[in-house]
Order: sequence, then C-alpha cells, then structure tokens
Amino acid sequence: MAVDAQTVEKLAELARIAISDETIDEVSNRLGDVLQLVDQLQAINTEGVEPMAHPLDEVQVLRADRVTEPNRREEFLALAPQTEAGLYLVPKVID
Amino acid sequence: MHQLTIAEIARGLRDKQFSSVEITSHLLERIQQLDGHYNSFISVTGEQALTDAAAADARLAAGDAPALCGVPIAHKDIFCTSGVRTSCGSKMLDNFVPPYDAAVVENFNRAGAVSLGKTNMDEFAMGSSNESSFYGPVKNPWDLERVPGGSSGGSAAAVAAQLVPGTTATDTGGSIRQPAALTGTTGLKPTYGRVSRWGMIAFASSLDQGGPIARTAEDAALMLSVMAGPDTRDSTCLERPQRDYSASLNDSIQGLKIGVPKEYFGEGLDSEIGARVQEALQAYEKLGAELVEVSLPHSKLAVPAYYVIAPAEASANLSRFDGVRYGYRCENPADLRDLYMRSRGEGFGEEVKRRILVGSYALSAGYYDAYYNKAQQVRRLIKQDFVDAFQKVDVIMGPTAPNPAFKLGEKNADPVAMYLEDIYTIATNLAGLPGMSLPCGFAHGLPVGLQITGNYLDEARMLNVAHQFQQASDWHTKTAPAAE
Repeated sequence: MAVDAQTVEKLAELARIAISDETIDEVSNRLGDVLQLVDQLQAINTEGVEPMAHPLDEVQVLRADRVTEPNRREEFLALAPQTEAGLYLVPKVID
Repeated sequence: MHQLTIAEIARGLRDKQFSSVEITSHLLERIQQLDGHYNSFISVTGEQALTDAAAADARLAAGDAPALCGVPIAHKDIFCTSGVRTSCGSKMLDNFVPPYDAAVVENFNRAGAVSLGKTNMDEFAMGSSNESSFYGPVKNPWDLERVPGGSSGGSAAAVAAQLVPGTTATDTGGSIRQPAALTGTTGLKPTYGRVSRWGMIAFASSLDQGGPIARTAEDAALMLSVMAGPDTRDSTCLERPQRDYSASLNDSIQGLKIGVPKEYFGEGLDSEIGARVQEALQAYEKLGAELVEVSLPHSKLAVPAYYVIAPAEASANLSRFDGVRYGYRCENPADLRDLYMRSRGEGFGEEVKRRILVGSYALSAGYYDAYYNKAQQVRRLIKQDFVDAFQKVDVIMGPTAPNPAFKLGEKNADPVAMYLEDIYTIATNLAGLPGMSLPCGFAHGLPVGLQITGNYLDEARMLNVAHQFQQASDWHTKTAPAAE
C-alpha cells in the first residue's frame, strides 16, 4: 500500500516534523510498508471486545492534593535554548 | 576481577577481598581500553564513580552497607541522571543534563551501587539492532561485524564484554530480552508497573518497563530487588511492596508445568535456534518439569498491533520535544512553526520520525477507530490467549528471537524485516506480562536466548526457574572472545 506525498505532507504538518522534498518518496514508501503490516488487523473480528487500556485493569491511583515538589524554576529554565526574564523565549507570534 | 558476578562482587566486598575502588578502577580501565571496539557507552563518569566507590568503601568498613554497596553498574541512557547528560541516543537530547534522578537511579544509589556511566541505545529506544543511535552503532562482543540487538544494545554488550557486571535497561517490545539473547546475557522485563517509569524517558507508556541485564538469574534477582517497588510519582506503578526476589532461587522445580506455544516454533525460526531451545526444554524435563503444549492463536497479530499502539503513544510522548524548553533547537527559526518543524526534523533520526508519522496517522481524524481502537481490542485478545494458557501452566517457554545476531546494516533498508525480529517478545509487552531471556547455547557460533514468560507478578518464580537451569548448565558462563 502506497501513501501518497500529499498524505505524508499532511502527517508531517500534524506532527510538526519538517521533511525535505528529496526524502519524501522514501518516507512514503516506508510508511506504506508499515501500514501494510498493520492492516493485517483489519481482517480480525473484534466485535464486542473491550479495548485494553491497562494490562492489569488497574484504576488510576489518586494522591492527596498537597504540595510535595519544591519550585526549581531556575534549574529548569537553565535547560532551555533561550529564556528572558524567567520565561521561555520563542520567535514572535503576535504582531 | 571483571569475570565476577554481582553476587560474587557483593560478597568479596563484604569479606574485604578487594575494595570498591579497586574493582571500579579495574572496570573503568577496561572500558577505556576496550570500549572503542564495542561503543557500548555513551558517557563514562569515571571521576564520580571513583568518588562513589570510596564512599562505599567507607560504609563497608563501618559495617553500614546496603545491599549493593560498592557494586559497579551502568544505566541505559534513557534513565535521567542528575548532573549527567541523558541523551536517549538522540541528537535531540545531546545537550540535555537532567536536574534530577530517575526513580530507578535513586533506587540503585540508595542501595549503594556505583554507576560507571550511561550505555548506548537505539534512539528513543526505537530499534532492534542499536543502529539508530545518534552516537553510532554498538558492536556485538561475540562478532564485531554483528549487531548486539536493541534497543538496550549498549547495556547488553557492556555486560557481555565484561565491562560491567550488570546494567539497567528498558523493554517496550523486546528491548531487554532480544539484546540479552543476541549477546548471551540474562535479561528480565518485569510485569508492567513493577518498576517505576518516573524519570525514564517515555516511548510507549502503556508498554515501557525497566529491568536488569546481567550475567546470571541470581544477579538479575539482586538487581530487581533494588529496582522494583511502588512509586507515587508514576501513576501506573503498582502498589506492591518491594521484595526479595532472591529468596526462592533455590526452590525445587519438580512438577513445574512449562507451556510450549506451538506458534513459536513455526516458519521464520532459525532451525538451529529451534534445536537449542528444544534441548533446553529437555534439560528442564530432566530437572523434573513437565512440558505442556499450549496455543497462543493471536500471537501473529502481536507485531501489527504493536506497530499501531507503540507509534501512536510515541507520537504523543515525543511531542514534548519542541525546541522550546530543553533539547535541540534549530538555527535561526523564521517563526514558531518553523522552529517546531525544523527542530524536530533535524533533531530526530529517521526511524523516530517514521514512527511519529505512523502514530500521527493512526491517531488522526477518521482513522482512530480503524487503527488505535482496533489494535487495543486485538491486544485484549492477545492477553486472553496468555490468561487461558496460564490456567494450565506455570511458565511459558520458547525462543527469544527468531535469528541470531545479524550483520550491521543487514536489515536497515527494510524496517518491517527489523520489526519481525521482535516477533516472540512483543506479545509479552502487549499483555503486560513479565519475561526473561537466558543463554541456552549457540547457533552458527552465536548466542541463543531461551525466553521464559511468567504469569502476572510472578517474577520470583521466573527467576527461580531460570536459576535452576543455570545451576544445571554453563551457557551463561561462556564469554565473548577478547577484542583485538
């Protein structure tokens, strides 16, 4: 099953991943191979089968709503490519 | 000294036969001399290791030493280590120095273990050959032209080359067991939720699980006893208390019922691997176990279901790498969209991008029911096969991987061929069951792994069953030829 270039471009936009024009054919072909593999699932009758979210069917654990973590703002900001005045910096988004 | 197992090292340290500084320096020297051949480490933290070793020696002398005090280990570079670069094998995190330790790292620190560094891996743990690492492929110590398996290829190769007696690793679709099989080491993937995922960089959250790679089941038990336990910081971590997985290693396996799935011995299995596994099963019969044929009729759907679920979860998890808060950012972004597109386009490798795109496809409008939901339904069918089988048997055994270690580059051009290397391991992850691989001989001169799958939370029995085999065989003591 081939995936056309238009679909690849749409997926790249959804995933916010730049794909160069030179590699788009290669990516289409390989995606097609993977989708062909997973399409085997379509032949299986799963009517009435509950989708499985957790192997042990455990429920979400809740904890008390109290502060346990210290504020480590400076340490976390130090990891960022660009910061200013205690904030993350990105290219201008509003004129 | 490098031949010693974790159990032997822990004993030697307590009996004052050698110090932690001595064994730590010895292994650091070995890494320096030999790892150029294997590329099993991304970072070696020698100075810190020697400081930690000296502190461990002081505690040993004072008689105040926890379980693994002074024992050298190494962590897969997927576990965050405070102050030590944690790359996950990716250019994206090449500059990432976490400000905190993963729960697993904390646990080993608390137990007094000495970390020698961080081991190489497939980028974001996506791969079965360790060739997708930004830091270059890992070479299999048994044959430097072959892969060690993946994604925990560095963790497995470092143990096989006797650079370190035990390593941490992670397994999403076979990433502990398959490299253990290909390098002749012993690896264990616990029940989903046994080991905290806090600080373990996420790939597919409903499948990821940390575990040990070592030379023996006895060592794997010592490591698991330290690694596993409840952690409120990971909401999927099970509320089961920490326990001693070594206590039942010596129990008799007389009367043990071993399920042998007929689906795991069919087409696609290397015949020599099949023969070695059959011989291992016969050895178990001699130890008093009984073989029972079982069927896992949906097992052939495991790979297709996995390649919907894992990429879908990965596409969501890896959306956090945006070039804004940490990690790689492209040069001179024109605007915010360009910043996202190019930071991710340049920071991720080919296999990671492919899986994110597949995941985006499976989760996109109009396809969710046909792909993700369908795969989650098939996942329940796969789990039910195991539940039915465990009504009749105590453990399930078969081959870990269909082929022995393949040549570097051999399967790179064909992702689907690479995916099929995990055909016997993936179902265990989908079902959330614990699994192990241990050496059971050689095929074409390369190590063969026997896979043991246990029932939920039955790691102690799995380790007992593996240990009994290793008491009666010596495959786990075979060492890779010295690199020249």
